[in-house]
Amino acid sequence: MDKITISVYRHNPEIETKGRFVDYEVPVEEGMVVLDAMKYIERHIDPSMSIRWNCMAGKCGSCSAEINHKPSLMCKTRIDSFRGKKVTVSPMGAFPLVKDLVTDVSENWDILRRIPPFTPKKGIEKPWRMSQIDIERSKEFKKCIECFLCQDVCHVIREHKSGYVGPRHVVKAASLDMHPLDSLNRSEFLNSEGGLGFCNITKCCQSVCPEEIRITDNAIIPEKERAVNAFYDPIAIIIRRSRKEGERK
Amino acid sequence: MSSQYIVHETDVLIIGAGGAGMRAAIAASDSGSSVTILSKSLLGKAHTVMAEGGIAASLANVDSKDNWQVHFSDTFIEGVYISNYRMVEILAKEAPERVRELEEYGALFDRTPDGRIMQRAFGAHTYRRLCHVGDRTGLEIIRTLEDQLLHRKVKVYDEVFVTKLFTNEGRVVGALGLKLSDGVFHYFRAKATIIATGGCGRIFKVTSNSWESTGDGLGLAFQVGAELMDMEMIQFHPTGMVYPPGVKGLLVTEGVRGEGGILLNAKGERFMQRYSPKKMELDARDIVARANYAEIMAGRGTEHGGVYLDITHKGADFIKKKLPSMYKQYLDFAGVDITREKMEVAPTVHYQMGGIRVDPETTSTNVPGLFAAGEVASGLHGANRLGGNSLADILVFGKRSGEGASNFAKRSGFGSVDESLLIAEMERVKSYLNKDGLNPYDLATKLEDTMSEKVGIIRNGNDLNDALNIILELKMQSTKLGVDGSIRYNKGLLQCLEFPLMLIAAEAIIRGAIERKESRGAHARADFPKKDPQLRKNLIYVRAGDEMKLEWRAVPELPDDLKKLVEPEEY
Ligand SMILES: Cc1cc2nc3c(=O)[nH]c(=O)nc-3n(C[C@H](O)[C@H](O)[C@H](O)COP(=O)(O)OP(=O)(O)OC[C@H]3O[C@@H](n4cnc5c(N)ncnc54)[C@H](O)[C@@H]3O)c2cc1C
Ligand code: SF4
Ligand code: SF4
Ligand code: FES
Repeated sequence: MDKITISVYRHNPEIETKGRFVDYEVPVEEGMVVLDAMKYIERHIDPSMSIRWNCMAGKCGSCSAEINHKPSLMCKTRIDSFRGKKVTVSPMGAFPLVKDLVTDVSENWDILRRIPPFTPKKGIEKPWRMSQIDIERSKEFKKCIECFLCQDVCHVIREHKSGYVGPRHVVKAASLDMHPLDSLNRSEFLNSEGGLGFCNITKCCQSVCPEEIRITDNAIIPEKERAVNAFYDPIAIIIRRSRKEGERK
Repeated sequence: MSSQYIVHETDVLIIGAGGAGMRAAIAASDSGSSVTILSKSLLGKAHTVMAEGGIAASLANVDSKDNWQVHFSDTFIEGVYISNYRMVEILAKEAPERVRELEEYGALFDRTPDGRIMQRAFGAHTYRRLCHVGDRTGLEIIRTLEDQLLHRKVKVYDEVFVTKLFTNEGRVVGALGLKLSDGVFHYFRAKATIIATGGCGRIFKVTSNSWESTGDGLGLAFQVGAELMDMEMIQFHPTGMVYPPGVKGLLVTEGVRGEGGILLNAKGERFMQRYSPKKMELDARDIVARANYAEIMAGRGTEHGGVYLDITHKGADFIKKKLPSMYKQYLDFAGVDITREKMEVAPTVHYQMGGIRVDPETTSTNVPGLFAAGEVASGLHGANRLGGNSLADILVFGKRSGEGASNFAKRSGFGSVDESLLIAEMERVKSYLNKDGLNPYDLATKLEDTMSEKVGIIRNGNDLNDALNIILELKMQSTKLGVDGSIRYNKGLLQCLEFPLMLIAAEAIIRGAIERKESRGAHARADFPKKDPQLRKNLIYVRAGDEMKLEWRAVPELPDDLKKLVEPEEY
């Protein structure tokens, strides 16, 4: 049977100050994903290795990690895509480490609590009517599985203590703002307290999203544009300017 | 090692944050109780996120003739006459309200052309009844409830594994949990406790269930004297993926057949014509699953041991719009484009119809202070669950459970527990941190293999007795498990803790399957292929000392007004 060497980041902050990569040899089966390899290691080589997973189907967003330094879901990354190459698996760098591949992502729920909840317009006749076309925009954002890979890749979150809530949470706010019967406007929250102004639309978040949500194009930019204080956001001004020029042409 | 722990107090404690647990938390909080909810996975990742096809409610938006009475009779008949009629009645009557309420919480269901909630066809539902969000209905339910939860005064502790319930004079008064991330113990004192831990699909090798579905709540409740019921009834879903090996068992939603997908054997025959000429691919799950199994067994299976499921005739646009996750799932995991190629599928363990026996009105168990809701509870689905009824179940009975527990809490105080018992339990947990112990994964694999091989879709007395002997042996070994490493985020340790609970579920399933010498619904015996009128009863699993005892109990008789809705059972 074919074997592959996988290099896994191991670090128990309780007893070690530094982590290290440890190589494991894992037999390869057809169609195998990185999570299968991790489970093999856990089962047959070192049961004390910490990993987080649940659905094994790309639906729950638990198994986020960096595979060859790219934020990815372990259960959806095929091993055969790396044949012959070395594979490294390390934890998401933007979050505090718990142990090995497991990070503490709890801050995300603190942010979610701060985003104003769905607040329907008053006096809508029941049962509610909405047309399919009007719900499509929000539905794109509702595909989010809260894997937080977009948070992981965002340089603003990684490098600065800016208070920016991060792309996942802009997506969340946008999903509510674009609900056809919602009455609030969360762009105010996003652009003040939420620190959206720090995002300089590099689109890295969009490129790692396993649900292929067009985070920057469809959530971030519209939320920047909606902001009442957009005037003070240089990026939004640039977008607006270039759009206007586009229209003129 | 010292035995320290943090104590919390709460009116209502909810173990499990799937759809049932979250809906219960909202209800209990809205009824004025303080609420704490625990989950062994991260918040919002519970098994419910996997649900695809939809939620059954007779809104009659698409088929105007639908109503609760038809939903009642569909559910009761497909449950093969052993469901608790009152639970079915409650479900059929209250599901529409729960769906609309979910919409008012912010869920966005697919729409009809005139803007109402869209409904799709599903196996054995007379009318198009399943409200859906593409094929990610479970995710939408979880996110919507999570949102509600986060904006209420509910305390959430995720990645906390409950190891044991504690009683005082027979009443449940609290639970001990281990926080995975730091290995700290938490004792939750509660006036009322709800078990919402989901099903036990993971005790089988080939299953559609998440990692966390190890049936913990069944064991936790049984250990404090709660009665289980109908445990022999395990649903096999007709269509799980068979290839590649890593995703074997992963679900292919019934929505594919609901939207027009057909089943073919390797010879290209549409074999459902032989098994169910009228309902074809959309007959009840037990029938379609056994048909698939029979075709494979008869040597008419595909390369990887399945049958074909084909929806290519619907065209790429339709498929991508109606079944986007399925399209992606096959492309990502199997490299198959379902708009152009057939899928290979085979039966996979999917759902546990049985579980903790509960009162239909409040979901209370026979143990004071203990309630149960969702897949872990029993009574609603009888011998076979209809697709879509489980998501309805978790909302309808989740809410009732939250209210039931909240009312109980208002009438009760906190109960005390002897500290030595807590310390003994913590010592038990830590005793598994022993690198010379038996590898828990090896034993779990043995259990899973045994269940899939000997307690499968078609059962027989010999295999079942073999399986029971293996389980009893594993039970002896389960005290000697051990893993290396520390208490911090140690999943091997978790497997040690889950294993004895998995064995309780397995033992119940096997003992019940031996006892039920007939074929009814999901339970099929090769040696007793017929349904037996004498056995139109429920099997109850009672704890007697350290033993599991089985009792037959009569199915509650339908009152006249409901009797009129269902045809008498045929034998
Ligand atoms: C792939 C798939 C598709 C499905 N599609 C549909 C569908 O279309 N329609 C339908 O009606 N049904 C469907 N079902 C069934 C349905 O999804 C489940 O029955 C339902 O979601 C169960 O919900 P629950 O709240 O009871 O439990 P779960 O969602 O399983 O939640 C259990 C909770 O308990 C926690 N827990 C468990 N043990 C412990 C412990 N020891 N300590 C602490 N916490 C614990 C878990 O962490 C989790 O939070 C589907 C199932 C699968 C597998
Ligand atoms: S587009 Fe904005 S949110 Fe996304 S990665 Fe770049 S800076 Fe971060
Ligand atoms: S937006 Fe995409 S990348 Fe970000 S958390 Fe959601 S699913 Fe993950
Ligand atoms: S395990 Fe659920 S997304 Fe990977």
